Amino acid sequence: MKLAFIFFSMVLVNNYVLVKFLGICPFLGVSKKLDSSVGMSAAVIFVMVLSTAVTWPVYTYLLVPNGLEYLNNISFILIIAVLVQLVEIALRKFIPPLYKSLGIYLPLITTNCAVLGVTMLNIETPSLIDPSAPYYTYPEALLCALGAGVGFGLAMVIFSGVRRKIELAKPPKPFEGLPITLVAASITSLSFMGFSGLLESLFGIVV
Amino acid sequence: MKGKTTNFGVFVNGLLKENPVLRLVLGTCPTLAITTAVFNGLGMGIAATFVLICSNMVISALRKLIPAQVRLPAFIVIIASFVTLVHMLIKAYVPALNDALGVYLPLITVNCIILGRAEMFASKNGVLKSALDGLGMGLGFTIVLVLMSAVRELVGAGTLLGFQIMPEAVSPLTVAILPPGGFFVFGCFMALAIFLETKMGNKPNVNLQCGACPSADNCPAKGVGEA
Repeated sequence: MKLAFIFFSMVLVNNYVLVKFLGICPFLGVSKKLDSSVGMSAAVIFVMVLSTAVTWPVYTYLLVPNGLEYLNNISFILIIAVLVQLVEIALRKFIPPLYKSLGIYLPLITTNCAVLGVTMLNIETPSLIDPSAPYYTYPEALLCALGAGVGFGLAMVIFSGVRRKIELAKPPKPFEGLPITLVAASITSLSFMGFSGLLESLFGIVV
Repeated sequence: MKGKTTNFGVFVNGLLKENPVLRLVLGTCPTLAITTAVFNGLGMGIAATFVLICSNMVISALRKLIPAQVRLPAFIVIIASFVTLVHMLIKAYVPALNDALGVYLPLITVNCIILGRAEMFASKNGVLKSALDGLGMGLGFTIVLVLMSAVRELVGAGTLLGFQIMPEAVSPLTVAILPPGGFFVFGCFMALAIFLETKMGNKPNVNLQCGACPSADNCPAKGVGEA
């Protein structure tokens, strides 16, 4: 139950793109077409879960016992960069069709703050399941990463639909292009605010 | 532009013509996320400027030693080291700022302004010029952050730097400091920048410039979303 709460709160209430502003660059850059936004989201979900799967144990079993918590930033970004490279090479070698559809989005992900953000938040957010744990436990962290990725995908897909409509509209001259897209993102984000409070009443958990 | 080669030209470039946020569309995430109060905007701007100057200087000093194939990981490690430094300093001396910025402070590491300038400028220019470029870009970033947060704080909370400005009778529009307000104010600022530039006779590029992204050169997705 609490795991489901974490998952849905990451997807709807704490949506990484529209509420926490992480991963705005790909959100604005790749959301013009539906298929590219789906490809990008799939790649992000994959890398988020994978990097959390590696960074959480590294932090818990390597950095914390040695008193090196302050190195989390450097080590996480390196792990993400290496993982993205590995995934790219592995995909190209073993699953070429998947590489063709996902591969081109992978290099964009290394410097995506949503991925580093989710790994950092996982070791900072207090655990819901185990009150004695200093931060999310491993299953919680993985689920949180999955939820963040799915939330990213949801926002991308919804927004690519919104953008198709914007293409047809004619805004005032200085607003053409990116500015009107941002205003549209503002309205999309407004709609996501409607979800706040929903989960607390649904699951009966107060955060 | 002749002034571009002079040191002063390099410095001014980041303030207006190539303002990282409004013109190059880099570093959008912190711009939207932390501009809810002037204090946060100022703190974030100064922290990022410091990292930008230091990393630009170190990268420019090492630019002949770093092999081209591994330059991006090398840059990221240098940047991450400075961010860790700043993070620890802020934690120790300005804990209030650390609480306000939260996870966005360590995330300066992946702020594309810093990696972008390392890749586009510091890896090709001398130490002094790179430092000036970092200072100009950092100031350009800080100015936009402070202006945006001033608008959002004034409208959303009726205060500036925590002092009550609006009369009590005017109830604040809280939505301005919530996420939708961030997108909206940012959109308006960008439109204003484009408007001013058109007034001055330049023809601004209104599309998102993928080319400004630090990984543009080795990114096969470049231009995918633009068709």
